[in-house]
Amino acid sequence: MTKKEALINYCLRIADSSLILGQRMAEWCTNGPTLEEDIALSNISLDLFGQSRILYEYVSELKGGDTTEDSLAFKRNEREFYNRLITERPNGNFGDTIVRNFLFDVFCYYFYTELSKSTDERLAAFAEKSLKEVTYHMRHNGEWIIRLGDGTEESHEKAQNALNNVWAYTDDMFEMDTTDELLISKGIAVDLKSFKDKWFTTVEDVINRATLIVPNDVFMHKGSNEGQHSEFLGHLLCEMQYLQRSYPEATW
Amino acid sequence: MNLTTKISEDLVWSILKNIPDPEIPVISIVELGVVRSIVITDEVVHIKITPTYSGCPAIDRFVDDIKASFKRHEIPVEIEFVYSPAWTTAWLTDEAKVKLEKYGIAPPVENSEDKGLLFQGGPKQVRCPQCKSTNTKLVSQFGSTACKALYSCNDCLEPFDYFKCI
Repeated sequence: MTKKEALINYCLRIADSSLILGQRMAEWCTNGPTLEEDIALSNISLDLFGQSRILYEYVSELKGGDTTEDSLAFKRNEREFYNRLITERPNGNFGDTIVRNFLFDVFCYYFYTELSKSTDERLAAFAEKSLKEVTYHMRHNGEWIIRLGDGTEESHEKAQNALNNVWAYTDDMFEMDTTDELLISKGIAVDLKSFKDKWFTTVEDVINRATLIVPNDVFMHKGSNEGQHSEFLGHLLCEMQYLQRSYPEATW
Repeated sequence: MNLTTKISEDLVWSILKNIPDPEIPVISIVELGVVRSIVITDEVVHIKITPTYSGCPAIDRFVDDIKASFKRHEIPVEIEFVYSPAWTTAWLTDEAKVKLEKYGIAPPVENSEDKGLLFQGGPKQVRCPQCKSTNTKLVSQFGSTACKALYSCNDCLEPFDYFKCI
């Protein structure tokens, strides 16, 4: 693997995660529990789409040829996406969405903090920008977890179930392979293991405040680095890519 | 065409200062702080732009509006996005903050970046742009556009937008 190939892989993992979670959040648009929350969920979606665009543009430049932001988003198949498995989990109920997002937000918070020190200027600038946005997402979702967990009996139960269901996808966020090793040696990539403890401490703190329990002894699903996904990604792509697949090159 | 002798930096800035923010038309894109630098070469004016939020839908409008304005002056422009240093509300000019409040949007409160980790942001006083009371409360971190939060005033009971600190 060349450095360029590794960099393309690396950017796709980050950008695909933002795009896919952004698409999940877009599914909430007009379905939020309150008007204010609907706006918040859509705002988060917009931030995530914006973040993915920055890196898709970078990947397009690296790949050259006829690769564009749009071709990366709309013309790749399921196995060519490298988003973290947690981001493709279905929205479920409001609690499922909030818990899923929070676990990923905290990951992004520490990841972007480290990535902003990358020797790759484009990645560092991307991380610096995204960090500001993801901090808002993390606080928003963290506050909700406490409200739901420490709320009514029903909201507590739903939040705990959400946590139990999604926990199996948390280790996948920290998976690394030769792509990471090559780029870490050049100061470009982040050693994901370096902040796993911080991630856990922050997550545990919020879970405790929410009177919820951290699941343990959970089988961990993995495979996003190889493009192995759960059954849900294909369905998401069907909807997201429908227009470009049915009417290729359609424009506004 | 030799632009360097034909036009001055002042002219370029004055054109930019007349381009309103697409979502908050009382302030210009210069007052918003998104125009980071200009370089005039023999052939083209290079303009560096830093978007406020990466998903801000106004980004494409910035580009279209800048191109259209310079086209009217028959000046060729090239626009480049730069993401570092990341845009911050500290780049809003003082004049812009006054205009925002008059327009009904509470300007960012200085030295109170909302970006503290989790719940350490702490309370801060956001002044109601209608009745100027500081007895206000946060309704939602996310408002009508990416750059705003939603507040309401406990005294005059009016809801209002707050231009959040980042």
